[in-house]
Amino acid sequence: MPPPRPYTLVAELSYQCPLHCPYCSNPVDIAGDRYRAELETEHWTRVFREARALGVVQLALTGGEPMLRRDLDELVAAGRAGGLYSTLVTAGTLLTRERAERLKEAGLDHVQVSIQSPDPEENDRIAGIRSFEKKIAAARAARELGFPLTINCVLHRQNLDQIEEILLLTEELGAQRLELANTQYYGWAVLNQQALIPTRAQLERGEEAVQRFRARVGPRITVLWVLPDYYEDLPKPCMGGWGRSTIVVAPNGEALPCQAAATIPGVEFPNVRDHSLNWIWNASDAFTRFRGTDWMQEPCRSCPLGRQEEDWGGCRCQALRLTGDAAATDPVCKFSSHHDTVVGAREAAQTDELTYRTMRRQAGV
Amino acid sequence: MNRPRLVDGARLQYDDVREEHLLLIPEGAVRLNATAAQVLELCDGERSLEEIAAALSQRYAGADVADDVREMLGGMGERGLVVDAAA
Repeated sequence: MPPPRPYTLVAELSYQCPLHCPYCSNPVDIAGDRYRAELETEHWTRVFREARALGVVQLALTGGEPMLRRDLDELVAAGRAGGLYSTLVTAGTLLTRERAERLKEAGLDHVQVSIQSPDPEENDRIAGIRSFEKKIAAARAARELGFPLTINCVLHRQNLDQIEEILLLTEELGAQRLELANTQYYGWAVLNQQALIPTRAQLERGEEAVQRFRARVGPRITVLWVLPDYYEDLPKPCMGGWGRSTIVVAPNGEALPCQAAATIPGVEFPNVRDHSLNWIWNASDAFTRFRGTDWMQEPCRSCPLGRQEEDWGGCRCQALRLTGDAAATDPVCKFSSHHDTVVGAREAAQTDELTYRTMRRQAGV
Repeated sequence: MNRPRLVDGARLQYDDVREEHLLLIPEGAVRLNATAAQVLELCDGERSLEEIAAALSQRYAGADVADDVREMLGGMGERGLVVDAAA
Protein backbone atom coordinates (compact mmCIF):
# COMPACT_ATOMS: atom_id res chain seq x y z
CA MET A 1 0.00 0.00 0.00
CA PRO A 2 1.50 3.36 -0.95
CA PRO A 3 1.86 5.80 1.95
CA PRO A 4 -0.79 8.49 2.31
CA ARG A 5 -0.06 11.96 0.94
CA PRO A 6 0.97 14.61 3.48
CA TYR A 7 -1.21 17.70 3.91
CA THR A 8 0.89 19.86 6.19
CA LEU A 9 4.45 21.08 6.38
CA VAL A 10 5.42 22.51 9.75
CA ALA A 11 8.41 24.73 9.05
CA GLU A 12 10.16 25.54 12.31
CA LEU A 13 12.18 28.46 10.97
CA SER A 14 14.10 29.30 14.13
CA TYR A 15 14.14 28.26 17.77
CA GLN A 16 15.05 31.83 18.77
CA CYS A 17 12.13 33.41 20.63
CA PRO A 18 11.63 36.50 22.78
CA LEU A 19 9.20 34.57 25.00
CA HIS A 20 10.05 32.03 27.68
CA CYS A 21 6.86 29.98 27.94
CA PRO A 22 7.29 27.14 30.42
CA TYR A 23 5.10 24.80 28.34
CA CYS A 24 7.06 25.23 25.10
CA SER A 25 7.10 22.04 23.04
CA ASN A 26 10.49 22.84 21.51
CA PRO A 27 13.31 20.53 22.56
CA VAL A 28 14.99 21.40 25.87
CA ASP A 29 18.39 21.31 24.15
CA ILE A 30 17.60 24.18 21.73
CA ALA A 31 20.75 25.96 22.91
CA GLY A 32 22.94 22.96 22.06
CA ASP A 33 25.18 22.31 19.08
CA ARG A 34 22.53 20.21 17.33
CA TYR A 35 20.50 23.32 16.52
CA ARG A 36 23.28 25.83 15.94
CA ALA A 37 23.14 26.02 12.13
CA GLU A 38 19.79 27.12 10.70
CA LEU A 39 18.77 26.30 7.14
CA GLU A 40 19.47 28.83 4.39
CA THR A 41 16.73 30.51 2.35
CA GLU A 42 17.44 28.20 -0.61
CA HIS A 43 16.96 25.10 1.51
CA TRP A 44 13.53 26.24 2.62
CA THR A 45 12.33 27.28 -0.83
CA ARG A 46 13.35 23.88 -2.21
CA VAL A 47 11.61 22.12 0.69
CA PHE A 48 8.42 24.10 -0.05
CA ARG A 49 8.48 23.01 -3.71
CA GLU A 50 9.15 19.39 -2.80
CA ALA A 51 6.39 19.48 -0.19
CA ARG A 52 3.82 20.67 -2.72
CA ALA A 53 4.89 17.95 -5.17
CA LEU A 54 4.21 15.39 -2.42
CA GLY A 55 0.73 16.81 -1.86
CA VAL A 56 1.22 19.31 0.97
CA VAL A 57 -1.23 22.22 0.88
CA GLN A 58 -0.80 23.78 4.32
CA LEU A 59 2.40 25.52 5.36
CA ALA A 60 2.85 26.50 9.02
CA LEU A 61 5.66 29.00 9.49
CA THR A 62 6.55 28.59 13.12
CA GLY A 63 9.46 28.30 15.52
CA GLY A 64 10.43 29.57 18.10
CA GLU A 65 9.47 32.89 16.65
CA PRO A 66 9.36 32.86 12.82
CA MET A 67 9.36 36.69 12.73
CA LEU A 68 13.02 36.55 13.71
CA ARG A 69 13.96 35.10 10.30
CA ARG A 70 15.31 38.00 8.25
CA ASP A 71 14.16 36.32 5.02
CA LEU A 72 10.59 35.75 6.20
CA ASP A 73 8.99 37.86 3.43
CA GLU A 74 10.93 35.89 0.87
CA LEU A 75 9.92 32.55 2.41
CA VAL A 76 6.26 33.60 2.48
CA ALA A 77 6.45 34.56 -1.19
CA ALA A 78 8.07 31.23 -2.03
CA GLY A 79 5.30 29.36 -0.23
CA ARG A 80 2.62 31.27 -2.12
CA ALA A 81 4.35 30.80 -5.46
CA GLY A 82 4.57 27.09 -4.72
CA GLY A 83 0.81 26.82 -4.17
CA LEU A 84 0.86 26.47 -0.39
CA TYR A 85 -1.61 28.05 2.03
CA SER A 86 0.55 29.74 4.62
CA THR A 87 0.01 30.42 8.30
CA LEU A 88 2.31 32.57 10.40
CA VAL A 89 2.36 31.13 13.91
CA THR A 90 3.68 33.99 16.00
CA ALA A 91 3.87 35.30 19.53
CA GLY A 92 2.96 38.64 17.95
CA THR A 93 5.49 40.86 19.71
CA LEU A 94 7.31 41.66 16.46
CA LEU A 95 4.28 41.78 14.17
CA THR A 96 3.87 45.52 13.72
CA ARG A 97 1.34 46.91 11.26
CA GLU A 98 4.18 47.69 8.86
CA ARG A 99 5.59 44.17 8.93
CA ALA A 100 2.11 42.68 8.62
CA GLU A 101 1.54 44.77 5.48
CA ARG A 102 4.75 43.45 3.94
CA LEU A 103 3.76 39.87 4.73
CA LYS A 104 0.36 40.49 3.17
CA GLU A 105 2.02 41.73 0.01
CA ALA A 106 4.28 38.69 -0.01
CA GLY A 107 1.18 36.46 -0.04
CA LEU A 108 0.74 35.31 3.56
CA ASP A 109 -2.72 33.76 3.97
CA HIS A 110 -3.38 33.53 7.70
CA VAL A 111 -2.06 34.80 11.02
CA GLN A 112 -2.11 32.90 14.29
CA VAL A 113 -1.21 34.89 17.42
CA SER A 114 -0.58 33.25 20.77
CA ILE A 115 -1.69 34.64 24.07
CA GLN A 116 -0.71 33.18 27.40
CA SER A 117 -3.63 34.61 29.37
CA PRO A 118 -6.43 37.15 28.77
CA ASP A 119 -5.12 39.06 31.78
CA PRO A 120 -2.20 41.33 30.80
CA GLU A 121 -0.15 40.75 33.94
CA GLU A 122 -0.76 37.02 33.96
CA ASN A 123 0.09 36.84 30.26
CA ASP A 124 3.40 38.56 30.87
CA ARG A 125 4.20 36.41 33.90
CA ILE A 126 3.60 33.14 32.02
CA ALA A 127 5.43 34.35 28.89
CA GLY A 128 8.32 35.49 31.08
CA ILE A 129 8.39 38.84 29.27
CA ARG A 130 6.21 41.93 28.88
CA SER A 131 4.28 41.14 25.71
CA PHE A 132 0.50 41.33 26.10
CA GLU A 133 -0.05 44.77 24.61
CA LYS A 134 2.06 44.01 21.55
CA LYS A 135 0.19 40.76 21.00
CA ILE A 136 -3.16 42.53 21.05
CA ALA A 137 -1.84 45.23 18.69
CA ALA A 138 -0.57 42.50 16.34
CA ALA A 139 -3.94 40.74 16.33
CA ARG A 140 -5.73 44.00 15.55
CA ALA A 141 -3.28 44.88 12.77
CA ALA A 142 -3.81 41.46 11.20
CA ARG A 143 -7.57 41.92 11.18
CA GLU A 144 -7.37 45.46 9.82
CA LEU A 145 -5.40 44.09 6.89
CA GLY A 146 -8.05 41.45 6.24
CA PHE A 147 -6.07 38.45 7.42
CA PRO A 148 -8.13 35.65 8.91
CA LEU A 149 -6.99 35.47 12.52
CA THR A 150 -6.53 32.55 14.87
CA ILE A 151 -5.90 33.13 18.56
CA ASN A 152 -4.01 30.34 20.21
CA CYS A 153 -3.85 29.84 23.95
CA VAL A 154 -2.14 26.85 25.50
CA LEU A 155 -4.15 25.83 28.54
CA HIS A 156 -2.90 24.61 31.90
CA ARG A 157 -3.72 24.83 35.57
CA GLN A 158 -2.63 28.47 35.84
CA ASN A 159 -4.93 29.87 33.11
CA LEU A 160 -7.78 27.38 32.67
CA ASP A 161 -9.99 29.32 35.06
CA GLN A 162 -9.87 32.34 32.70
CA ILE A 163 -11.39 30.52 29.77
CA GLU A 164 -14.50 32.74 29.62
CA GLU A 165 -12.27 35.79 29.29
CA ILE A 166 -10.18 34.09 26.59
CA LEU A 167 -13.35 33.39 24.60
CA LEU A 168 -14.58 36.97 24.95
CA LEU A 169 -11.22 38.43 23.98
CA THR A 170 -11.14 36.24 20.87
CA GLU A 171 -14.58 37.47 19.87
CA GLU A 172 -13.68 41.09 20.55
CA LEU A 173 -10.54 40.78 18.37
CA GLY A 174 -12.62 39.52 15.44
CA ALA A 175 -10.80 36.20 15.22
CA GLN A 176 -12.17 33.40 13.06
CA ARG A 177 -10.61 30.59 15.06
CA LEU A 178 -9.52 29.91 18.61
CA GLU A 179 -7.19 27.08 19.44
CA LEU A 180 -7.45 26.01 23.03
CA ALA A 181 -4.77 23.40 23.26
CA ASN A 182 -4.40 21.78 26.62
CA THR A 183 -0.71 21.45 27.38
CA GLN A 184 0.98 18.38 26.01
CA TYR A 185 3.87 17.18 28.08
CA TYR A 186 6.84 17.37 25.75
CA GLY A 187 9.90 19.57 25.73
CA TRP A 188 9.85 22.25 28.39
CA ALA A 189 6.37 21.26 29.56
CA VAL A 190 7.80 18.06 31.03
CA LEU A 191 9.96 20.14 33.39
CA ASN A 192 6.84 22.01 34.49
CA GLN A 193 4.31 19.22 34.55
CA GLN A 194 3.49 19.63 38.23
CA ALA A 195 2.84 23.35 37.81
CA LEU A 196 0.76 22.89 34.64
CA ILE A 197 -1.38 19.79 35.05
CA PRO A 198 -4.98 20.88 35.58
CA THR A 199 -7.63 19.45 37.84
CA ARG A 200 -10.54 17.50 36.43
CA ALA A 201 -12.95 20.16 37.70
CA GLN A 202 -11.06 22.88 35.80
CA LEU A 203 -11.21 20.87 32.60
CA GLU A 204 -14.92 20.21 32.99
CA ARG A 205 -15.69 23.88 33.59
CA GLY A 206 -13.48 24.83 30.64
CA GLU A 207 -15.19 22.45 28.27
CA GLU A 208 -18.62 23.63 29.39
CA ALA A 209 -17.64 27.24 28.73
CA VAL A 210 -16.49 26.27 25.23
CA GLN A 211 -19.77 24.51 24.53
CA ARG A 212 -21.84 27.51 25.67
CA PHE A 213 -19.70 29.80 23.51
CA ARG A 214 -20.08 27.57 20.44
CA ALA A 215 -23.83 27.52 20.89
CA ARG A 216 -23.95 31.32 21.14
CA VAL A 217 -21.63 32.39 18.28
CA GLY A 218 -22.24 29.54 15.82
CA PRO A 219 -19.92 29.02 12.84
CA ARG A 220 -18.55 32.59 12.97
CA ILE A 221 -15.78 31.45 15.31
CA THR A 222 -14.40 27.92 15.28
CA VAL A 223 -13.17 26.85 18.70
CA LEU A 224 -10.74 23.98 18.74
CA TRP A 225 -10.54 22.20 22.07
CA VAL A 226 -7.50 19.95 22.14
CA LEU A 227 -8.06 17.26 24.74
CA PRO A 228 -5.71 17.25 27.70
CA ASP A 229 -3.12 14.57 28.14
CA TYR A 230 -3.64 12.28 31.12
CA TYR A 231 -7.38 12.77 31.49
CA GLU A 232 -8.43 10.28 28.84
CA ASP A 233 -8.80 6.52 28.84
CA LEU A 234 -8.18 6.08 25.12
CA PRO A 235 -5.31 7.70 23.24
CA LYS A 236 -5.70 10.37 20.59
CA PRO A 237 -4.43 9.78 17.07
CA CYS A 238 -1.24 11.73 17.63
CA MET A 239 -0.40 13.79 14.50
CA GLY A 240 -3.23 11.90 12.78
CA GLY A 241 -0.92 8.88 12.83
CA TRP A 242 2.85 8.69 12.43
CA GLY A 243 3.92 9.80 8.96
CA ARG A 244 0.33 10.10 7.70
CA SER A 245 -0.35 13.81 7.26
CA THR A 246 2.45 16.01 8.57
CA ILE A 247 6.12 16.71 8.00
CA VAL A 248 7.97 18.82 10.54
CA VAL A 249 11.26 20.39 9.54
CA ALA A 250 13.32 21.74 12.43
CA PRO A 251 15.47 24.90 12.08
CA ASN A 252 18.56 22.73 11.57
CA GLY A 253 16.95 20.83 8.68
CA GLU A 254 16.03 17.62 10.48
CA ALA A 255 12.74 16.20 9.22
CA LEU A 256 10.46 14.68 11.84
CA PRO A 257 6.99 13.13 11.87
CA CYS A 258 6.09 15.29 14.89
CA GLN A 259 7.57 18.21 16.82
CA ALA A 260 8.56 16.08 19.81
CA ALA A 261 10.00 13.12 17.92
CA ALA A 262 13.60 14.28 18.34
CA THR A 263 13.50 12.78 21.84
CA ILE A 264 13.15 9.24 20.51
CA PRO A 265 16.51 7.49 20.79
CA GLY A 266 17.79 5.20 18.07
CA VAL A 267 15.95 7.00 15.27
CA GLU A 268 18.12 8.95 12.89
CA PHE A 269 16.14 11.87 11.56
CA PRO A 270 17.08 12.66 7.97
CA ASN A 271 18.20 16.17 7.12
CA VAL A 272 16.68 18.08 4.20
CA ARG A 273 20.19 19.29 3.37
CA ASP A 274 21.10 15.71 2.42
CA HIS A 275 17.85 14.14 1.22
CA SER A 276 14.82 14.99 -0.89
CA LEU A 277 11.53 15.32 0.94
CA ASN A 278 10.18 12.60 -1.33
CA TRP A 279 12.74 10.09 -0.05
CA ILE A 280 12.25 11.28 3.53
CA TRP A 281 8.49 10.78 3.36
CA ASN A 282 8.38 7.57 1.38
CA ALA A 283 11.52 5.67 2.30
CA SER A 284 13.33 6.97 5.38
CA ASP A 285 13.39 4.80 8.48
CA ALA A 286 12.27 7.77 10.58
CA PHE A 287 8.98 8.23 8.69
CA THR A 288 8.19 4.56 8.03
CA ARG A 289 9.10 3.06 11.41
CA PHE A 290 5.71 3.63 13.12
CA ARG A 291 3.60 4.21 10.00
CA GLY A 292 0.51 2.04 9.62
CA THR A 293 -0.11 -0.85 12.02
CA ASP A 294 2.55 -3.51 11.33
CA TRP A 295 4.89 -2.21 14.05
CA MET A 296 2.29 -2.47 16.81
CA GLN A 297 2.74 -4.59 19.91
CA GLU A 298 0.08 -5.90 22.26
CA PRO A 299 -2.40 -4.69 23.38
CA CYS A 300 -2.66 -2.60 20.19
CA ARG A 301 -2.12 -5.58 17.92
CA SER A 302 -5.34 -7.23 19.09
CA CYS A 303 -7.12 -4.08 20.24
CA PRO A 304 -10.48 -5.12 21.74
CA LEU A 305 -12.03 -1.94 20.32
CA GLY A 306 -10.49 -2.33 16.87
CA ARG A 307 -9.06 1.19 17.07
CA GLN A 308 -5.72 0.51 15.36
CA GLU A 309 -6.56 2.71 12.39
CA GLU A 310 -8.43 5.22 14.51
CA ASP A 311 -5.83 6.23 17.09
CA TRP A 312 -2.79 4.61 15.38
CA GLY A 313 -1.52 3.48 18.78
CA GLY A 314 -1.50 7.01 20.19
CA CYS A 315 1.63 9.03 20.80
CA ARG A 316 5.09 7.49 20.36
CA CYS A 317 6.83 10.14 22.45
CA GLN A 318 4.41 9.66 25.33
CA ALA A 319 4.85 5.88 25.12
CA LEU A 320 8.61 6.37 25.29
CA ARG A 321 8.50 8.75 28.20
CA LEU A 322 6.14 6.73 30.35
CA THR A 323 7.17 3.17 29.45
CA GLY A 324 10.73 3.53 28.11
CA ASP A 325 9.66 1.96 24.79
CA ALA A 326 8.61 4.17 21.87
CA ALA A 327 6.87 1.18 20.23
CA ALA A 328 4.63 0.46 23.21
CA THR A 329 0.94 1.29 23.39
CA ASP A 330 0.39 4.87 24.53
CA PRO A 331 -0.23 4.46 28.29
CA VAL A 332 -3.17 6.85 28.08
CA CYS A 333 -4.95 3.73 26.81
CA LYS A 334 -6.81 1.91 29.57
CA PHE A 335 -5.63 -1.41 28.09
CA SER A 336 -1.96 -0.48 28.55
CA SER A 337 -0.26 -2.20 31.48
CA HIS A 338 1.35 1.20 32.17
CA HIS A 339 -1.95 3.10 32.42
CA ASP A 340 -1.29 3.61 36.15
CA THR A 341 1.52 6.06 35.23
CA VAL A 342 -1.11 8.30 33.63
CA VAL A 343 -3.55 8.00 36.51
CA GLY A 344 -0.69 8.74 38.93
CA ALA A 345 0.31 11.91 37.06
CA ARG A 346 -3.13 13.40 37.68
CA GLU A 347 -2.60 13.13 41.40
CA ALA A 348 1.04 14.20 41.56
CA ALA A 349 2.03 16.85 44.09
CA GLN A 350 1.56 20.32 42.65
CA THR A 351 3.58 23.49 42.64
CA ASP A 352 3.16 26.93 41.11
CA GLU A 353 6.84 27.38 40.36
CA LEU A 354 7.73 27.61 36.67
CA THR A 355 10.94 26.74 34.87
CA TYR A 356 11.17 29.13 31.95
CA ARG A 357 12.30 28.25 28.42
CA THR A 358 15.67 29.76 27.66
CA MET A 359 18.27 29.65 24.91
CA ARG A 360 21.00 30.38 27.40
CA ARG A 361 23.31 27.45 27.70
CA GLN A 362 22.75 25.56 30.87
CA ALA A 363 25.31 23.60 32.79
CA GLY A 364 25.76 20.20 31.22
CA VAL A 365 23.94 21.07 27.97
CA MET B 1 -27.83 34.57 2.16
CA ASN B 2 -28.22 37.16 -0.58
CA ARG B 3 -24.78 37.81 -2.01
CA PRO B 4 -22.49 35.03 -0.88
CA ARG B 5 -18.73 35.30 -0.75
CA LEU B 6 -15.98 33.10 0.63
CA VAL B 7 -15.11 33.79 4.26
CA ASP B 8 -11.96 35.91 4.81
CA GLY B 9 -8.86 33.93 3.97
CA ALA B 10 -10.55 31.06 2.10
CA ARG B 11 -8.93 30.34 -1.25
CA LEU B 12 -9.99 28.04 -4.09
CA GLN B 13 -7.22 25.98 -5.56
CA TYR B 14 -6.96 23.06 -7.93
CA ASP B 15 -4.64 20.47 -6.40
CA ASP B 16 -2.76 19.05 -9.36
CA VAL B 17 -1.15 16.39 -7.16
CA ARG B 18 -4.44 14.90 -5.94
CA GLU B 19 -6.27 16.06 -9.07
CA GLU B 20 -9.14 17.60 -7.17
CA HIS B 21 -10.51 21.02 -6.26
CA LEU B 22 -9.82 22.27 -2.75
CA LEU B 23 -11.13 25.14 -0.70
CA LEU B 24 -8.13 26.11 1.38
CA ILE B 25 -8.95 27.65 4.74
CA PRO B 26 -6.87 28.44 7.81
CA GLU B 27 -5.18 25.16 8.71
CA GLY B 28 -7.56 23.05 6.69
CA ALA B 29 -8.77 22.04 3.24
CA VAL B 30 -12.25 21.14 2.05
CA ARG B 31 -12.41 18.74 -0.89
CA LEU B 32 -14.81 19.91 -3.59
CA ASN B 33 -16.33 18.25 -6.61
CA ALA B 34 -16.07 20.17 -9.87
CA THR B 35 -19.60 21.61 -9.63
CA ALA B 36 -19.09 22.87 -6.09
CA ALA B 37 -15.86 24.53 -7.21
CA GLN B 38 -17.72 26.24 -10.06
CA VAL B 39 -20.39 27.53 -7.67
CA LEU B 40 -17.80 28.89 -5.24
CA GLU B 41 -15.93 30.61 -8.06
CA LEU B 42 -19.11 32.57 -8.71
CA CYS B 43 -19.45 33.63 -5.06
CA ASP B 44 -17.83 37.05 -5.38
CA GLY B 45 -20.05 38.97 -2.99
CA GLU B 46 -21.60 40.78 -5.99
CA ARG B 47 -23.76 38.13 -7.60
CA SER B 48 -27.02 37.16 -5.92
CA LEU B 49 -27.95 33.54 -5.30
CA GLU B 50 -30.29 33.70 -8.30
CA GLU B 51 -27.57 35.06 -10.55
CA ILE B 52 -25.18 32.34 -9.44
CA ALA B 53 -27.79 29.66 -10.15
CA ALA B 54 -28.54 31.21 -13.56
CA ALA B 55 -24.87 31.37 -14.52
CA LEU B 56 -24.40 27.74 -13.55
CA SER B 57 -27.57 26.68 -15.32
CA GLN B 58 -26.18 28.08 -18.57
CA ARG B 59 -23.18 25.78 -18.27
CA TYR B 60 -25.48 22.79 -17.81
CA ALA B 61 -27.76 23.28 -20.80
CA GLY B 62 -30.39 25.20 -18.91
CA ALA B 63 -30.92 22.63 -16.15
CA ASP B 64 -32.68 23.94 -13.05
CA VAL B 65 -29.94 24.03 -10.44
CA ALA B 66 -31.34 26.70 -8.11
CA ASP B 67 -32.30 24.28 -5.32
CA ASP B 68 -28.96 22.49 -5.50
CA VAL B 69 -27.04 25.74 -5.36
CA ARG B 70 -29.09 26.99 -2.42
CA GLU B 71 -28.61 23.74 -0.56
CA MET B 72 -24.89 23.62 -1.18
CA LEU B 73 -24.29 27.23 -0.16
CA GLY B 74 -26.54 26.77 2.86
CA GLY B 75 -24.34 23.89 3.98
CA MET B 76 -21.20 25.91 3.35
CA GLY B 77 -22.71 28.78 5.35
CA GLU B 78 -23.45 26.52 8.30
CA ARG B 79 -19.80 25.53 8.32
CA GLY B 80 -18.70 29.17 8.23
CA LEU B 81 -17.03 28.80 4.82
CA VAL B 82 -19.34 31.13 2.93
CA VAL B 83 -20.78 34.36 4.33
CA ASP B 84 -23.18 37.00 3.12
CA ALA B 85 -21.32 39.99 1.67
CA ALA B 86 -23.67 42.37 3.47
CA ALA B 87 -23.10 40.77 6.89
